[in-house]
Amino acid sequence: MERRNFIGNFSLAALGSALGAEIIYGSLMPEGYTPLGLQDPDPFTLFKKDSGMVVLNDRPWNIEARAHLLDDWITPNKFMFIRNNGLVPENVDPASWTLKVSGEAVIQSKSYTLAELKQRFPRHTYQLTLECGGNGRSEFNPPASGNQWTVGAVSCAEWTGVRLRDVLEDAGLGDNAVYIGYHAADSHLSRDPGKEPISRGIPVSKALQDETLLAFAMNGSDIPLVHGYPLRLVAGGYPASVSGKWLHTISVRDRVHDGEKMGGSSYRVPCEPVEPGSSVPDDAMCIIESMPVKSLITFPRSGAMIKKGDNLAIRGHAWAGEQEVSRMEYSIDFGQSWKACRLEKPVNRFAWQHFSANLAFPGRGYYEIWAKATDSGGLAQPMVLPGWNPKGYLNNACHRIAVKVT
Amino acid sequence: MTEHKRFGKHARRLYRILIVICTLALIAAVVVYYIFSEKDQVETVTETRAPEDPEAIENGIHLRTGLKVAAGYREVINNCTACHSASLVTQNRMDAKGWKATIKWMQQTQNLWDLGEQEETIIQYLVANYPVEDKGRREPLKDIEWYRLEGK
Repeated sequence: MERRNFIGNFSLAALGSALGAEIIYGSLMPEGYTPLGLQDPDPFTLFKKDSGMVVLNDRPWNIEARAHLLDDWITPNKFMFIRNNGLVPENVDPASWTLKVSGEAVIQSKSYTLAELKQRFPRHTYQLTLECGGNGRSEFNPPASGNQWTVGAVSCAEWTGVRLRDVLEDAGLGDNAVYIGYHAADSHLSRDPGKEPISRGIPVSKALQDETLLAFAMNGSDIPLVHGYPLRLVAGGYPASVSGKWLHTISVRDRVHDGEKMGGSSYRVPCEPVEPGSSVPDDAMCIIESMPVKSLITFPRSGAMIKKGDNLAIRGHAWAGEQEVSRMEYSIDFGQSWKACRLEKPVNRFAWQHFSANLAFPGRGYYEIWAKATDSGGLAQPMVLPGWNPKGYLNNACHRIAVKVT
Repeated sequence: MTEHKRFGKHARRLYRILIVICTLALIAAVVVYYIFSEKDQVETVTETRAPEDPEAIENGIHLRTGLKVAAGYREVINNCTACHSASLVTQNRMDAKGWKATIKWMQQTQNLWDLGEQEETIIQYLVANYPVEDKGRREPLKDIEWYRLEGK
């Protein structure tokens, strides 16, 4: 009897406190208050990310995948890296959201509601590879400052929207148009309303490509808030920072866009190669355009131990900025010999391409599988770090995984 | 008859007790599941979840920020974590010149204030506690998590 009472009391107390926490929380919540807020410390729940994702920075949010999490042909949200420069906008209202097209080189400034964009222009869907310009930064020597991305700041999701070209043509492009710049609704880390965290852009020729979208959907649903809801510029093949999230203005410029993070060492590399560790003056830096050829082995995860005599099936993806990947190879002897992988064509321009191979090992021991993609221009991934630059961009050194045959 | 009634009464009481026990067991199971599933969830985010005492220190690490506790770490917290997370500091490795340039860039473009005499303290702390290591042109693969994979 005593025991039963004890258990009963314990259970009820525990249940009461467990449920009570939520009830009290709910009743104290002021109307209109965002309970978890966007600075909530649990990004996995907040952004619906897989628990294997790696948080590099929580203010601003910067989260990367690991190679084996990127095995899907089309990257789902849960494995998509987050790179934010500022704070995620709060209280986004899609009903009142507008996109303004303005600037020195637009013939007529215009505003479009989201509904107008969706109704007035044809929709297109493309798989587009978005890679952070600083993916691989952690390897640079001397170190480069910023978020220390390893390999996981890349994704290839399916984006749906209208062509930027169609909208630009509707507003009218002046003969003097050379660049478009974006402006967005995120706030600066200092919360200074006069400052933009990032406002980058692309040359007009890139803006007019078929695959450059004003996207409102990702993988068939509304774009997740942290990835740019309700409207995002998506331009595959360039550093992902040109694909501005939470887009409210496109400025058609008569000069290279001079917004935040277009100058200095941001998303720029020395125009001429420099010795590692050099100081490079601003006027000797050039804006990164097409990303370099690169690949990732997404299966197996590094660290696989297999039995002697067993073959190993590997697979992954390769991409090449504005080019296509024309050849994919692997090596199990530290680059002494290379063998071809099967390589798929891209489903559309700027989609990553899938590769696979079936490997046999000569005997027991420690092996590394190295992957090397070659682009349609004949350039291949280097085995060691490519050219050093002050901010550690464009590291496309071959991906490596470790395997033991026992 | 009375014997039968008494037995029936007794059986009903037992039956009621049984229901109560089963209900309690069910509630206990729900509570245990709740506690454990929540614990799992918490464990995945311990890196970024602030401890209850915001200034708690464990094994020489200031838990809330992840900064190493050494001369100058308070100055770093006070001046460097107002806008961005301390993880942007602890991820990076720079020499004094590099930190100075970064501070200058933040002052020119990111609304960082004049650090006065604390600037030198901060730079010294960073250089001493987060020193640059020579990584060469390519490091060996590190931290490999070995696992058995069935091949074909």
